[in-house]
Amino acid sequence: MPYIPLEDHLPGITGLLEYSKDTAAPIRELTQTLLRGPSTLTEGERELIATIVSHRNQCTFCVTAHTAAADILLGEEETSTKVKQDISTAPVSDKMKALLTIASLAQESGKSVTPESVQKAKDAGATDIEIHDTVLIAALFCLYNRYVDGLSTVTPTDPAFYKGLGERLKNNGYNRLPEGYEHLKK
Amino acid sequence: MAHIKVEENIPGIRSLVLFRPETGKSLYDLAQVLLRGPSSLPEAERELIAAYVSYRNDCMFCMKSHAAAARCLYGAEEKLVDEVLNDMQQSNVSNKMKALLHIAGKVQILGKEVRLEDIIAARSLGADDKEIHDTVLIAASFSMFNRYVDGLASFTPTDATVYEEMGKRMVNGYLPPSSEQS
Repeated sequence: MPYIPLEDHLPGITGLLEYSKDTAAPIRELTQTLLRGPSTLTEGERELIATIVSHRNQCTFCVTAHTAAADILLGEEETSTKVKQDISTAPVSDKMKALLTIASLAQESGKSVTPESVQKAKDAGATDIEIHDTVLIAALFCLYNRYVDGLSTVTPTDPAFYKGLGERLKNNGYNRLPEGYEHLKK
Repeated sequence: MAHIKVEENIPGIRSLVLFRPETGKSLYDLAQVLLRGPSSLPEAERELIAAYVSYRNDCMFCMKSHAAAARCLYGAEEKLVDEVLNDMQQSNVSNKMKALLHIAGKVQILGKEVRLEDIIAARSLGADDKEIHDTVLIAASFSMFNRYVDGLASFTPTDATVYEEMGKRMVNGYLPPSSEQS
């Protein structure tokens, strides 16, 4: 049960973003820019960063939702599964390994991101903007994970819910749906 | 030195926002609505929550700048800010504010740390749903801002007067820096 009254048909983050639309607007805009805006990182790679941070913050709703989005964008489920198990042996490029490591360090604390971890990413070809965006995506999911769990929002258990949500994140991104969310009422 | 090529000597988040204005605008818009938008929590209390979370995240730039803004906003009661940063439970803020700061402190650790009894305690002291929501979101947002500022090793001034000036400016609201006036 959420700690504040949220609409029953909007579990997880969606109910919060509808509860407080004035704060939701810049949060949505930031997410859309970072995860769907122009970038040399693919949308799938950026969803993997969101996934690993949510996984480390133990936020089941966010991990499951962003795993679903990453799987749809990558066209397979192996990469997201292995990234959550062990970054160093996951089937991603050396650059992505270095960026996922930076994201994991930022999840602990900003100060945990060392010059060595950044140099490793640069040596593997990461640009300053890629490093910037990796840190900011990691930081943004530290916000989301705390918002979602800190107010005890509902975490659906039906895998079909997340498949639908993953499709919505692929097709619509992070902007508020122009028609709102009334149609999700059953 | 910052981990990426940002303009030297521009402190904290301002240097990062000048590096990437597209994301910077949303970050400043969020700070503005959270800390200056309509809320039954006074601006001073919201800045104090921001400073308290930043203190717990060991982010000196955010802690010192938001503490400075909170002192300006508290005016004659400015010493409350340092009392809270020194020992929140022993400070002279209201019991309701202590309950909200306690929730913010839990959010700083992890979302799951916030328990129903923490919420019930805040409600029994007069906090309403919106105030509880805003407290959690301010704490969550500073868990982001702190990681952004320190995760890229942006410049943290050590001169106390720099923060005093910053605090005075922050009272007027959050407008992203532009390259001309930085």
